[in-house]
Formats: sequence, structure tokens, C-alpha cells
Amino acid sequence: MMSLHTAMLVGLLAPLFVAILTPVLAVRHVWRDAAGPIGGVITFIAAVHVALAVLDGETPRLFVAQIAEGLALEFAVTPLGAIFGLVASGLWILAALYSVGYMRGNHEKHQTRFAAFYAVAVHAAMAVAWSGNLLVLFVFYEILTFSTYPLVTHKESALARNAGRLYMSILVGTSVVLLLPAVVWVWLSTGTLDFRPGGYLAGQIDPAMAPILLALFAFGVGKAALMPIHRWLPAAMVAPTPVSALLHAVAVVKAGVFTILTVVVYVFGIDFLAETGAADWLVWLSAFTILASSMVAITKDDIKARLAYSTISQLSYIVLGAAIASSIAVQGATLHIVMHAAGKITLFFCAGAIYVQAHLTKISELDGQGREMPWVFAAFFIGALSIIGIPPLGGSWSKFMLMVGAVDSGYLVILGVLGLSSLLNIYYLLEPVSRGFFRPKVKTVEVTSHPLVVIPPVLTAILSLLLFFYVDFFAALAKLMVIS
Amino acid sequence: MIEQLAGSWNYIIVVILMMTGLFIVIARANLVKKMIGLSIFQTSVFIFYISLGKMANGTAPILDGNPDTLYSNPLPHVLILTAIVVGVATTALGLALILRINEAFGSVEEDEIIAAKASQSLARPQRPTSEAAE
Amino acid sequence: MMGTAILTNLPALLVVVPLLLAPFSAVLPIAGLAWVLALVGTGISFLAALMLQSVTENGVRISYHLGNWEPPWGIEFVVDSASSLTLVVMSGLGFLATLAARRLVAIEIADKDSGKFYAAWLLVVGGLFGLVMTADAFNLFVFLEISALASVILIGMGAGTDRRALVAGYHYLVIGAVGATFYVIGVGFIYAITGTLNMGDMASRLPDAAGGAALYVGFGFMVAGMLVKAAIFPVHIWLPAAYGYAPSAVSTLLAAIATKAALYVLARIFFTIFAGTPEIVDIALSNIIVPLAVGGIFVGTIMAIYEADIKKMFAHSSVAQIGYIALGLALATPAGISAGFIHIGNHALIKGGIFMAIGGFVAALGTRASLETITGIGRRMPITATAFLICGLSLAGLPLTAGFISKLYLVRAILETNSYVILALVLISSALSVVYLWKVMEVMWMQPAPARSPKLVENPAIYLPLWMVALGNIWFGIDAGWIVGAARLAATALLGGGA
Repeated sequence: MMSLHTAMLVGLLAPLFVAILTPVLAVRHVWRDAAGPIGGVITFIAAVHVALAVLDGETPRLFVAQIAEGLALEFAVTPLGAIFGLVASGLWILAALYSVGYMRGNHEKHQTRFAAFYAVAVHAAMAVAWSGNLLVLFVFYEILTFSTYPLVTHKESALARNAGRLYMSILVGTSVVLLLPAVVWVWLSTGTLDFRPGGYLAGQIDPAMAPILLALFAFGVGKAALMPIHRWLPAAMVAPTPVSALLHAVAVVKAGVFTILTVVVYVFGIDFLAETGAADWLVWLSAFTILASSMVAITKDDIKARLAYSTISQLSYIVLGAAIASSIAVQGATLHIVMHAAGKITLFFCAGAIYVQAHLTKISELDGQGREMPWVFAAFFIGALSIIGIPPLGGSWSKFMLMVGAVDSGYLVILGVLGLSSLLNIYYLLEPVSRGFFRPKVKTVEVTSHPLVVIPPVLTAILSLLLFFYVDFFAALAKLMVIS
Repeated sequence: MIEQLAGSWNYIIVVILMMTGLFIVIARANLVKKMIGLSIFQTSVFIFYISLGKMANGTAPILDGNPDTLYSNPLPHVLILTAIVVGVATTALGLALILRINEAFGSVEEDEIIAAKASQSLARPQRPTSEAAE
Repeated sequence: MMGTAILTNLPALLVVVPLLLAPFSAVLPIAGLAWVLALVGTGISFLAALMLQSVTENGVRISYHLGNWEPPWGIEFVVDSASSLTLVVMSGLGFLATLAARRLVAIEIADKDSGKFYAAWLLVVGGLFGLVMTADAFNLFVFLEISALASVILIGMGAGTDRRALVAGYHYLVIGAVGATFYVIGVGFIYAITGTLNMGDMASRLPDAAGGAALYVGFGFMVAGMLVKAAIFPVHIWLPAAYGYAPSAVSTLLAAIATKAALYVLARIFFTIFAGTPEIVDIALSNIIVPLAVGGIFVGTIMAIYEADIKKMFAHSSVAQIGYIALGLALATPAGISAGFIHIGNHALIKGGIFMAIGGFVAALGTRASLETITGIGRRMPITATAFLICGLSLAGLPLTAGFISKLYLVRAILETNSYVILALVLISSALSVVYLWKVMEVMWMQPAPARSPKLVENPAIYLPLWMVALGNIWFGIDAGWIVGAARLAATALLGGGA
């Protein structure tokens, strides 16, 4: 079909092409709105092609330019990158459809600008996924931040602008002050910024300095929302829900944990981390974040705020897996990227659907509304189960592997943390569902029906179910990560 | 020691002039006085160079056909001519600036100018060309 | 015949063409024609510099004898890898600044004065080229003063829009004259002990010269004088006001090329003239220049953070960037000196672009650019503001920009000398520089424009050269091969000894 080289070019450039095409097609709304989903399909096909090649053991490469010795602008797909690429492009298809429905349903302004920057953000996410070294990753990480700014401040209200300011200052600040020096440190110590199976820092840096370098990465990657660098995520909920769904459940935050996982697996090397114990502190910090953000989530009445804190918690699951630095834990963390993305996007889609159709944003107002929007609430239920980690939903696999990894490495307390977190998840994620179906209405609202905002969450909910049965594809890719 | 001092009295003069000039530049608030101080400072350098060029028993460096004549070094003289020209240009430019400053601020005393800068907002706004052009 | 005559006299042409065109420009009553002359002068110089660079690429050293007088009695112009790189950077940015100057000058300077403006412009440019090429210590003073006095005129012409330019010009004149005179005193002492003014000759005679006090004093005065011109802390105080109140075109030109020439001269003093007496040089570099450079970096950055006027803010930033260059040069290793030269080139691109963009803002706004007046300008003038953003990111040192390459090589050079304290200070100051950049970007892009603000017009005459510079920042951030190679050659040429 297409060569690997072409597939990589398509995967990287198709979203960018959509971004350029969108303003051109602005007048013909249907064409403009179709560009996103079509672009998503094309990108996804390319991503599948690349992933299949990676599964065969190849490393698809795309060289662009040589900057200086040891520094090149190139793309190289690792198994982890293949997974992230699939997630970002696949979910973009549904998110693009959803955002059309949402933006039209809400009569939002500046839809062209929105769609264009949405596509740029996906492009940046694909470039992060398929980056060939830390330099390229850093550059596109920044581009991702900048391209999502207009999306976060879309409403242009004072609240949106303040949120945007917080968003940018935290993300840009941490990346320039902490992440960039970490990248430079790696380059100065080893002469390269590549990603190599098994990592390459062993022997090149003083084991006593390894925790510090890891800390620079962990806090420098603000998108992973590790406490205390988490404040930007709830603030970004002021954005329209398609933004929260794709970006802050999928692309942006996953770029963050992807970076941490990549650094742990392909730069530090899990053996190096396990031997030196350099990531011990991170295990406890992520455990703390898991519990603390879950507890904050319980106190939130606004649906999106609760989902934001849930995301912070789930991201720390992934960081936890990376920090435990055992083969099983890392694979579990990688699978969680996929499972959480599918589950969370479902939840956000539903939140947005509830807003578009009934203009409700608070959980306390949801009582009895389940009967008006049965599909939406059912999808929410399925997505919640996946996040909680109950079979037969996909999330159960990743959670299971994380628990096994924790026990294997001797972190029995972490097992308790994961269990406690699941209990908290049950409470705060199922509350909306139980209110919706089992309580009498507290508010009567007119519910309009917009199929385009209902179908995507139903599809992603089914996806979460399918991921339970068809986990092998991703599990195989994840396994390839930890083989040296 | 006294002989050494007496032998270097030209350099001592140079240093006195140099420091005087520098002091005036730094310590005096009047802009015109600063220029004068600068001139004195530069003059001290001229004298320095010329004294460097003086040979013991050397005469003025103008060829007179006699192969045994000892001349003073003509090069410093040439250098100083250049430096004097530069000094004149500097002084002229400085005085021109002082004239304009006087017009704009109404004073040539540094403290008054600083006060004027602080109390008043920006300059007399002047739009010399019409924006309609090009 | 004509062709070879031009080629062999290329070094002289570089200086003579601008200087000759200057008086013609001064008497022209039409601003447009004067600008064309300036463009021609800087354009020819740029071409000449490029040709010279291609010749000296392989370590060839051109020695041009003015008036065919043999050095060390005659004045010699030397073009080697170090000076040719500096010349290319300076002439290139000079040309681009002249391109943008047309519109910027038309707005800020009266038409009747434009002829004299461009005359002074050409004098500055020609003087700076001569400064870089000359191998005669006193001739250097002459060119130094030519460019300095002409710069004072240029700065003073900002009085049309802000009278504080006059005071800034005056202070620059006085401090600059004192600095130049210090330099002359130093040359006097060195002349006294070596008997020559030619740099190469000095270098060979100094080790045997009846040294002692005269050597140290001469060295000290020469260096002190050039420190003033290069705006090294603490004698940098003239720079913020001078660049801040000068007309926008002037700030662009001076920020991009003027201090670079002085830094180049300092490098020459340390590594060419006093190459034979490395003990003094080493002491001076490690005990004086390095601390001063670091001091300048911090003072510049911190003053920039507290400054509300945009032009002055970036003038303070220039002081910091000069500190980085001086730090690289002061490390005195091949890596350090190449890092210094890399930043000479990249910083010219960065600051040239920034001041051009600010000029564009001022031209459209009609008032000084300050944090209050440029709110929301990102949306009102997107073309200019995006180029400004690119140059700002380059200043911060983000990867894929020229500024990142400079910082990278500087950090590497510092690491080679195992000075972890300096490294830490440099990293901290880098992080601090993000603060003032963030302030500006935030105001420009994230705050709403003032209510009832008029529509702002962006002029291609300003933003086209601006975008060339901005794209240059990205180009040299991605393909750093040329500048890194040229800088390494320059370092070899300097450290190889001999003018």
C-alpha cells in the first residue's frame, strides 16, 4: 500500500494539511467540517501502517535535517510512539465529528479558527509521538502548548483569558526552566538525545545525580500534571468540551506522560532506574497525587472539574508505572495510555453532550436526567467502569498490570493506594450515573437532541469494551518496549 | 628620588591634567563644564604622547640634510594631530548637543534636566512627516 | 583589469564605499535618494564581505596594505577567518537594517534631515568595518571615533520624537570619548615600549619589551577603554538610554552591530596583540572579565525585568547578551571563543529582529512602545508580532532557533573548563530572561487591546526585512553548520597567534 516513509509523512503532515485547508474552506461549512474527520481517517490509516511495521520489529525513520553533531531533526517510531500515534489519530476522528456537533449545537463563534488550531494540535501530538530524539520531542511539545492556547481561551472571556495565562505560564515555565536544562544535561553527558531500547544513561551520569535529572524531567513535563504542577488542567476546563475531550484527556496530557515514559524507558533505561532507585521518590509522589486528586475530585460539583481531577489522578497512574520501573509496570502504564484515553474521552464527550442538550454543568443538577438522555448516561457508565478498572472493560487490564507490577517490585503499600483509588473512583465517577437514573428530577430542562454529540461517546464506550477483548495488539506493542 | 621625580615632571603634569579632566567630567553637573573637562582630559593625552616622542637632545623632526642630527620622534606628533582633530570633532558635537539640550530642557545643569525628565512625560511630540505619505 | 583591481582592493572598498557615499547623502534634499545611497553602500559592503569570507574560508589571511605602504610602517588591513565572519555578520545586518530603515526613518525623522541621517548611518557602518579590519592600533582609534561620533548623531536625531535622546546621546558621547581616550593612553604606553603601532609587530615585540609597569598599564588602559565601548558591566550605563531613546532604525543598527565590533577588538587585544604575554591576559580574563561578564548578564537581565519601556527593556537585555559573548571569549579556549563568535552572529540576528519589530510597533502606534501601550498588539499587528515572537523565542534560547545554538555551545564551553559555578549562574540568568520575555509576550498576546483603539497598519517596508531576519533565526537554528564552522575557524585564527 504505502511505503513506511510515505506513511510517516502522511501521518505527520495530514493534520497540518487539514489545519491549512480549514481556513481556505471556511465559507463552505460542510466542507470545512468534513476536513477534520477525513483528515483523521487518513492520519489513522497511516498510524496503523506504521504501528504494524513496528510490530514486525522495524523502526520507521524520517530524517529531516542535521543541526549539529549529535543533534538532528528526525522522526523515529518506537513501540510507545506507535501506540500514542494510534491513540491520537484514532480518537481525533471521533473528536472531530463530535466537535462539529458541539460547536454547531452551541452556536459557538470562531469555528474556523477552532478547527484549524485543533488540527495543528493533533499534528504536534503526532510529531511528539513519532519524535526521533529529545530535541524534536521538546520542540513539538512546545508547539503543542502554543497551538492549544487559542483553544483554551476560545471563549475570550476574562475567565478564559486568566485560565489561558495560568495554562501558558505553568506549561511554558516548567518546560523552559526545568525540561530544557534536563534535555541539555542529557546531551552534554552523553553526546546524543536519541531514544534507545534499554536506555543509555547508565554509566554516563553519576547515579547520585540521576534522581535530580529525573526530577527535572518529571516536573519539567508540566503536561503530566504531577502535583504541584497540576493546576493548569482544571483551569483549562474553561475551554469548550471538544478541547477538554481530545486534548486534555488525550493529546496534551498523554504527550506529557508519553514524554515521561519515553525518558524512563528509552533514555534512563528501566534497569538503570531500578538498580539505582532513582525513581523511588517519584513512586511516592505519584501515589500522593493519585489519592490527593481523587479526594479533590469528590468535592467538585462541576462535571468537568471533577473529570479534570480524575484525569490528574489517572495520569499519575501512568507516572507511577514508569517510576516503579519494572517491565510489567511499564507495560501497564503504556496500556493505561490507551485505556484511559478511550474511557476519559467518553466521559468528556458525555459531559459536553449533557451541556449541549440540556445546558447542565453541575452534577447536583443531573438528578433524573438519565431518563431524558439514556444513551449519554449509559456511555458515561461504561466509560466510568473502564476508568475504575472493572472487567470486561479495557481499563481493567492496565490497572491489573500496574497492581502486579507494584507487588512484584515490593511496593505493597502502592497496592493499597491503587485499591483505595479505585474505591474513590467508584464513588465520584458513578455518582452522576446513579443520580441520573435513580433519583427524581430536581430541575426541569428542555432537552434537545443532537446526534453528533451522542454518537461519538457511544462509539468510544463500545471501544472501551472492545479494548478488553482486543487488548493483544497494544499489549504486544507494549511488550516490544521493554525488550532491549 | 627627587631626581627621578624631576626627570619625570612631564608625566606628572600629564597625570595631573588627566585626573583634573576626569574629575570635572564626573563631578561637575554642568554639561558645558563636562565638555571642558573632557577637553582637558584629552589634552593631557596629547602632552603624554608628545613627551614620549621627545628624545634627549633631539631637535624638531624636520629634515635638514645633516645625517648626524638627532631628531625627536615625529610619529607621536602625527598621531596627536589626528587625535586633536578627533577631539575637536568631539567637542563640537558635544557643544551642539548641549545647545539642543538647552532648547529642549531649558537648562544645561544635569540635576535640573533629570528633574525635568522625571516630572514631565515624553518629549514635545513632533511628527515631522505626514503619515499620509507612502 | 577593473575586476581584479576591485577584487584586490576589496578590504579597502568595504570602508571606502560607505565613507564616500556619506557626503553625497548629506547634501541630497530627497530622503528617498539618500536612503538609496545608504542601501547601495551597505549592499556593496555586504557583497564585498561575502566575497572576502569565501576567500578566507580555508584559513587564508589577507593582508591589505593601505597606500601600498609596507607594514609595520604603513597601515594594514587584515582579513582572516575571525574578521571576515564578523564582517559578514555586521554587513549583513547592516544591509537588512537599512532595508527596514526607509519606513522607520520616514516616520521618525524630518525629511529635510534624512540626508544627514543617512550620511551618519553610512559613516557608522564604514567606521565599524574599518574598526574590524584594521591591524594598526592607532588607526583603530580613528575608526572607533568615526563610528562613535556618527552614532551620537544618529542617537541624537531621536530628539524629534523624544528629547531624552539628546541627553542619552550626550552621555554616550562623553563616556565613549573617555573610553576611547583610555584606549589611546594604553596604545601610547605600548608604543613606548615596542616602538610600533602595527598589531602583529606589537605581538612579536611585546614579550621582549622592557616590560614592567608600562606593559601592565598599557594593557589595562587599552582593555578598559574597549570595555566602555563594548558596554561591559559596569561601564555599560550609557547603553540602555542610548538604544532606548534612539530612533528605531538606529537602535536596530547599533544593537546588531556596534557593540559586536568592540567585542571583536577586545578579542584581538587579548589574543593577538598580547598573545606573547599570556600571563597578563590570563589574569585579566579570569579575574576581571569573567566576573564582569557574569555581572553584566545578571544586571542586564534584572534591569530588563523591571523596565516598562520596551526599547529600554531590550537594551538592558543587550547588556546581558554582551555579557554572554564576553564570557565565551574570556574562557580563552577554542570552544569558548567559538561560542563567543557564534553568539556574535546569532545575537545580531536576534536583536536586529527585535528592534526592527519594535520599530514597526512604534511606527504603527505613534507612541513609545511600553507595556501599557502594546497590549493586545499580537492580534492587531500579527505579522510583525509573530516575527517578534520568533526573535523573542530565539532570545530565550528555545531549540530550533539560533539563540539555542549559541546557548548550547556556550554551556558546552563552560563545562569544558569545569566552572560549575559559572554554569549555574548562566542557567539561572537564562531562566530569568524568560521572565521579561514572558511579560512582553503576555501583554502582547494575552491581554485585550485598549478599548476604542484605532486599526493598526502594518507596513511591508518594515515587516519584510523583519521576516527575513526572523526566518534567519530559524534557519540558523536548524542548520547551524555554517556559523559553527566559521566560528571555529575564527577561534583558530585568533588563538593561532599573530594578527
